[in-house]
Amino acid sequence: MINRLPRYIIVFIVLVLAQILLFNNIQLSGYLNPYIYILFILVLPFETPKWGLLAAGFILGITIDLFSHTIGMHASATVFMAYLRPHILRNMEPRDGYEPDTEPSIQDYGFAWFLKYSAILTLAHHIFLFYIEVFKFEGFFQTFSRAVLSALMSILVIVLIKIFIRK
Amino acid sequence: MQNLIRFLIRYHFLLLFILIEALSIFLLIQNNNYQNTKFVDFTRNIKGYFFQQSEKINNYFHLREENQKLAKENVELRNFIEKNLQSHTDTLKTVSDSVYDQQYKYIQANIINNSINKQHNFITIDKGKEDGIKNEMGVISPNGIVGIIRGVSKHFSTAISVLNSELKISAQLKNSGYYGSLNWNARDYRFVQLKDIPLHAKINKGDTIVTSGYSSIFPEGIMIGFIEDYEEKSGRFLEIKVKLANDFKKISNVYVVKNLFRQEKKSLENINENEND
Repeated sequence: MINRLPRYIIVFIVLVLAQILLFNNIQLSGYLNPYIYILFILVLPFETPKWGLLAAGFILGITIDLFSHTIGMHASATVFMAYLRPHILRNMEPRDGYEPDTEPSIQDYGFAWFLKYSAILTLAHHIFLFYIEVFKFEGFFQTFSRAVLSALMSILVIVLIKIFIRK
Repeated sequence: MQNLIRFLIRYHFLLLFILIEALSIFLLIQNNNYQNTKFVDFTRNIKGYFFQQSEKINNYFHLREENQKLAKENVELRNFIEKNLQSHTDTLKTVSDSVYDQQYKYIQANIINNSINKQHNFITIDKGKEDGIKNEMGVISPNGIVGIIRGVSKHFSTAISVLNSELKISAQLKNSGYYGSLNWNARDYRFVQLKDIPLHAKINKGDTIVTSGYSSIFPEGIMIGFIEDYEEKSGRFLEIKVKLANDFKKISNVYVVKNLFRQEKKSLENINENEND
């Protein structure tokens, strides 16, 4: 874990920069805004301590918030997603468990597994994020459709990144 | 103790999650204007609901007194109509002049929360945006002024009470017309202080103090209270101790005053100020 730390710090910085400089400026029909920075939480190793997940989620979210003037919004959604991650992983565990020295990635556990894993967490993150953004339950379905469409877009981008960039 | 530690270890993930999530949402509400207003609106509505329920029960104990007060006001209004009708029959009025237009509109409301023991007291009433209440409208009761609307949600509003040391109201002596600014010194809820009355103004204990109508929040001549005592301050002005006509411990029926000409007056005054600059 320790010797891999620098790599994850670089991944963190790259993802935050990509999100702020590139993806925050993509707003298809004022509707779809992919949030790909959560890929950082997705790729953290299996043996990451649980408190580490929450801390990483908070730091990641608040960093994005600082650059998009929405203090607390991305932080709360990312912490929520980090909280769900161990539960999802436990539910999707292969029959003989996760092997040591593997990562939650396409190479190690296959395309279908990774797609399902990232889709569930991305959806959870986006739904939480979009509801905390409008902060009310009026127009429930409109918010919901916005969240789901953006999530689809994010999942697509995340999977593409994972296929083409093998970290 | 051991059990507590075991509990903390067992659920540390969930507890930590709740803690960090609460922190995030706290930051969100603190730092983002939109979410903050939504949140304040929400809590105001909930608080308003509970105050309303308790006030409903409370109101029954004061029904008798309220009835008497309303009856008294009825009589006064009836007399007022009579007086005016008579004067109108003397000379036939055909002039159509905006001076005779209705300037003030009154919206009836009930007080559902009230405090008198703080430095800055506020009042909550059971009418809000949907009843046409807006910020900076005056609140009066049959006995006299009560406060000024400060915050409005859908069904409730809060008013800053006369018993709030930050509120200043323009007031005048009813018989001589000298005016000054009225302010509460946050000591006794029965008395407020009227400052800036010139030394040569003739005043007697028991004289009536009313609103001046300069502020466009209250109509002119609304009762405030009576002179209890006065003293010389800094050699040029009098400071008058005014006993409030309202007993703030038991008001419950109020009217919110809507000045229909307020916008017009304000914009005219703004033009003047801009020209002076």
